[in-house]
Amino acid sequence: MADTAVHEAHDAGHGAHVTSTGLSNNKLAMWLFLGSECLLFGGLISTYMLYRGRVANGPHPNQIYDIPFTSVSSFVLLMSSLTMVLAVSAAQRRNDQQTNLWLLVTALLGSTFVGGQVYEFTAFYREGLGFTTSLFSSSFYTLTGFHGVHVTVGVIMLLVTRSIIQKKRVTGDKAESVEIVGLYWHFVDVVWIIIFTLVYLIPA
Amino acid sequence: MSTATEHAEHTEHEQHGLTDGGYIKVAIILAIITALEVSTYYVDFGPFFMPSLMIMMVAKFIIVVSYFMHLKFDSKLFSFMFYAGLVLALGCYFAALATFQFFS
Repeated sequence: MADTAVHEAHDAGHGAHVTSTGLSNNKLAMWLFLGSECLLFGGLISTYMLYRGRVANGPHPNQIYDIPFTSVSSFVLLMSSLTMVLAVSAAQRRNDQQTNLWLLVTALLGSTFVGGQVYEFTAFYREGLGFTTSLFSSSFYTLTGFHGVHVTVGVIMLLVTRSIIQKKRVTGDKAESVEIVGLYWHFVDVVWIIIFTLVYLIPA
Repeated sequence: MSTATEHAEHTEHEQHGLTDGGYIKVAIILAIITALEVSTYYVDFGPFFMPSLMIMMVAKFIIVVSYFMHLKFDSKLFSFMFYAGLVLALGCYFAALATFQFFS
């Protein structure tokens, strides 16, 4: 029984500490956190769905959304998931140079997405859609703003991970550290997949 | 020789999931689905508009979670942790939206 646990811990945690589940506690904690994040974004998306038609005197969603621009932003974020998984793959092969490169590319793509969101918010504000203009605007800015903050936190995590790897200061399993940051990054992408469809593509 | 074999075995042991080429193929599939999603904005899909968008959204979600996040290859406990939160959120917010008569 104990032998099996040790073997499983080695399999799942890439040589991490032995745990009672046989799995890496760090990875398990990240998955648990992501499960709880579903509740957060579920609440924000539901609120938006309820209030998207309540525009008061402000602009209507269909009047202000720039679908071609948001489609390009979505594509950029989707491709950042590819570069992230390539970083994880390189870390598993213990190729630090490629890991650092892909982490940097992912951070740049993430920054491009955030830059696009800042531009979009500015354009909407100039068209008369402030945070308190209507229930629609409040729920829209809260939902997409929360997502933008998550992407920004992800970019910081990517750059910090890259810096730690460069300085050879990773105390635990390097591949697992990159993989855990990757899980967070992919989750942010998955949330955007839902937001892009429900918020932008389905008319109010 | 033995070192090379050990290294190869170690690499095989460490790497779970697809090869880099496999990940690029998955990304191409995701890009195609995204292009199809965007096309629904320009092309009239009639009664298939909403179902097709929902199917494509769920397909993209499952592909990213299964392949990029490795849930397909990892322990079932990780899947449970994630999907438990997701199902709880879906149930909770479907009930909330139904209370506000969103679906009627």
